Amino acid sequence: MAKLRKIVSDPLADNNPVTWQVLGVCSALAVTTQVSTALVMSIALTAVLCGSNVVISLLRNMIPNKIRMIVELCVIATLVILADQILRAFVYDISKQLSVFVGLIITNCIVMGRAEAYALQNPPFKSFLDGIGNGLGYSIILVAVAAFRELLGSGTLLGITVLSPEWYVGNTLMLLPPGAFVIIGLLIWFQRTVISKTLREED
Amino acid sequence: MGLLNLAIESIFIQNILLSLFLGMCSYLAQSKKMESAKGLGMAVIMVLTIATPLNWLIRRYLLQSGALSWTGVEALGNLDLSFLTFICFIAVIASLVQIVEMVVDKFFPALYNSLGIFLPLITVNCAILGASLFMVERQYSLIESLVYGASSGVGWALAIMSLAAIRKKIRYSNVPEGLRGLGIAFIITGLMAIGFLCFSGITLGS
Repeated sequence: MAKLRKIVSDPLADNNPVTWQVLGVCSALAVTTQVSTALVMSIALTAVLCGSNVVISLLRNMIPNKIRMIVELCVIATLVILADQILRAFVYDISKQLSVFVGLIITNCIVMGRAEAYALQNPPFKSFLDGIGNGLGYSIILVAVAAFRELLGSGTLLGITVLSPEWYVGNTLMLLPPGAFVIIGLLIWFQRTVISKTLREED
Repeated sequence: MGLLNLAIESIFIQNILLSLFLGMCSYLAQSKKMESAKGLGMAVIMVLTIATPLNWLIRRYLLQSGALSWTGVEALGNLDLSFLTFICFIAVIASLVQIVEMVVDKFFPALYNSLGIFLPLITVNCAILGASLFMVERQYSLIESLVYGASSGVGWALAIMSLAAIRKKIRYSNVPEGLRGLGIAFIITGLMAIGFLCFSGITLGS
């Protein structure tokens, strides 16, 4: 049981896919000007990641080694199409804001990387948990970056005004691309020096 | 003039990496050495220049609503296959990369020796798929998508080569421990993006 829990909790901080393994940062930055888009993107990615991990894990003994990349791409692309159609049907406005970045989940290295590194060797249930863990690890970073950018950039969180415009002038640089790069850089610094260190000491 | 403006916009103003964040993974992983940054940059330019117009043709003549009407078959004329866009684009890119690799290996062995190992990496570079998807969203024509693909590639190569050069220079700088490697690379990229912001608003002609 503790082992299963570790599959989920490990990627959250100690082995975070974004900050430690440098996977999937492409989309982590573009959708983070608002918390709401970041949340929708995180949910979409986690769903696709769990789905692809389970499907690939079920097929792992049938996939010929030579064409495994193509099979993985097909599975992932199919799931991404599903996610995109669902988003368009139910949250059309947000899917418009995410524009091409839902499609780019296909080339998100986390999905491909977990399929290669984990799902091809492990049974479906463990792969599913691995998908949840890595998806949440990605979501934490995404939502954290988005919270900083939205709060400092426009003084709101999830569209609710927190820092009143009467005394707070939004820092527009946060909403522009450079803000995202600098914030994720600082976040990685914080994560590597504070969180990972305490976890190491507990071990 | 319009095409030149489009090229300038996609190289400097809307740089595919610095303002749209595409292709970050290989950008961070391969920018430690100038040699590999150069090789990967050239490979991306090549694949983007071919893939974007090719995907335009596929979308126009196979996937778009009513695109199959050139076949003359009535049942196909009203078909809208645009939901297959993602899977078709990624298949095109994956097979294109394979073909380019084989062609380069056969006809330009010297080039293959310097680019060879980078080509397979490109399939999962989001810049390629991203450029194709942006081409759809912005409704470019065939010529425009060719220019857009090529100049996005140039913009990407410019960004990765600049980062490789800066990383070489800061190798002996005293960076705080937790910030070394990935962290400082992000902050440098942020500063580069601020630098590129000064290009915004440039247009040629009237």
